[in-house]
Amino acid sequence: MSRSTAPIGFEFSVRDYSLTGANTRQAIENGLSAAEWYHSEIPRKKLKLLMKRRDAPAIRDTVIWIALHFVFAAGGLYFWGSWLCVPFWFAYGVVYGSACDSRWHECGHGTAFRTRWMNDVVYHIASFQIMRNPVNWRWSHARHHTDTIIVGRDPEIAWIHPINLILKALAFVGIVETWISLKTLMRNAMANLSQEEKDYIPESQWHKAIFWARVHIAIYAAVLLISFVLLVSGAAWKSLIPILLIGGPRVYGCWHFVMTGLLQHGGLAENVLDHRLNSRTLYMNPISQWIYWNMNYHIEHHMFPMVPYYSLPALHEMIKDDLPPPNTSIWDGYKEMMGSVMKQRVDPNYAIRKTLPPTARPYRDHLHKAVPERNAGAVSSDRGGM
Amino acid sequence: MPWIDVCAIDDVEEEDVIRWDHEDRTYAIFRSVDDEFYCTDGLCTHEQVHLSDGLVMDYEIECPKHNGLFDYRSGKALRAPVCEDLQTYETRVGNGRVLVFIE
Repeated sequence: MSRSTAPIGFEFSVRDYSLTGANTRQAIENGLSAAEWYHSEIPRKKLKLLMKRRDAPAIRDTVIWIALHFVFAAGGLYFWGSWLCVPFWFAYGVVYGSACDSRWHECGHGTAFRTRWMNDVVYHIASFQIMRNPVNWRWSHARHHTDTIIVGRDPEIAWIHPINLILKALAFVGIVETWISLKTLMRNAMANLSQEEKDYIPESQWHKAIFWARVHIAIYAAVLLISFVLLVSGAAWKSLIPILLIGGPRVYGCWHFVMTGLLQHGGLAENVLDHRLNSRTLYMNPISQWIYWNMNYHIEHHMFPMVPYYSLPALHEMIKDDLPPPNTSIWDGYKEMMGSVMKQRVDPNYAIRKTLPPTARPYRDHLHKAVPERNAGAVSSDRGGM
Repeated sequence: MPWIDVCAIDDVEEEDVIRWDHEDRTYAIFRSVDDEFYCTDGLCTHEQVHLSDGLVMDYEIECPKHNGLFDYRSGKALRAPVCEDLQTYETRVGNGRVLVFIE
């Protein structure tokens, strides 16, 4: 692997991650927004087969997912009062507070199920579990795919410079994010959308964002009320059960989705137009891969977001010769990412630039330049290299 | 002459779409599962992505970038992030060719 200390992507003199600041204007002026992105070549016939939707895989996985909620919650309740309940609540936390992220993501794309209402139902359940306004986040994720890790345009950049490692560590226990999410839902429920939300959500959708925020807040208020009533009724520690079942797993069960989510783009380049430079594909154990619904094939997902999660392994096999070598495990991914992150804390322009296999087309560096130079460099960058 | 010859019917596979550029505009030509042909504007109304790279399912076209969904018969926007309908154009088949009415 080669690593770069020179900026790989277009370099901004200052970094402003807001969606209404100086970098937003610069990104638009430099043609980094809504730009042409590199993608591996796949014959349309093969791509059509990969994009094909089926209900069966997602129905199977959703039935298992829901069943696991009941099984683990039942175990946690049955063994309440003994240490034996702890592993059940731990597992319940992961299926509620982590697996919901990948379900939210895939159903938001509309790719999990062939039947549209099934995508919508699971999307709303998962949005509630992860405490995301289902309207706001649908639009923010669309922007994430248009302008992936483009500073000033992408509202979902997880690694913001300067990197605060304490906040990143706290993300694994979800307290800060849960507090922020609840504040956002409460603000939306009071019919207040921020300037940034208004930037990426069309005005015609604002009323829906307010409606769903009110639904979420009403359910959380009901849970807190039940818990309070149990407490004053003398239920003591048992009064925590409603919170452990609903809402709480966003705190105590989120660690797995944070662990996998940080790997998606961490330590990689900003302001580039080639997903091979700003996204990470890695192999992982089958349990994590099931929880994550195959989003470990993240370069593939960004290049071809219409391919459903159950076809991503096949897509990976088809284009892997055009991609950087995948990390071999979550641990391997973290070693690579954290090595880069520590350097980025000193030099935010540092980024990993993996060596491509000889079968791959070279990184399209001309795409990262501002528009006039980008067009002029289109031919010269095809010469080869890494 | 408002009826424009676009392509041979075999140029479009069943339940698929192709891109057709005419003068300064780009269009999408669809062939449905029941062998009917339809024409819409070629770019998604959300972020101007070519729909010809998208996925046709029954009577719907999914945008390749953000998975927005349209009914290509009516142009109606069906799923966010698309909100604005597509313009559609009258289409007919004659002598093995697809023709589109462009005013």
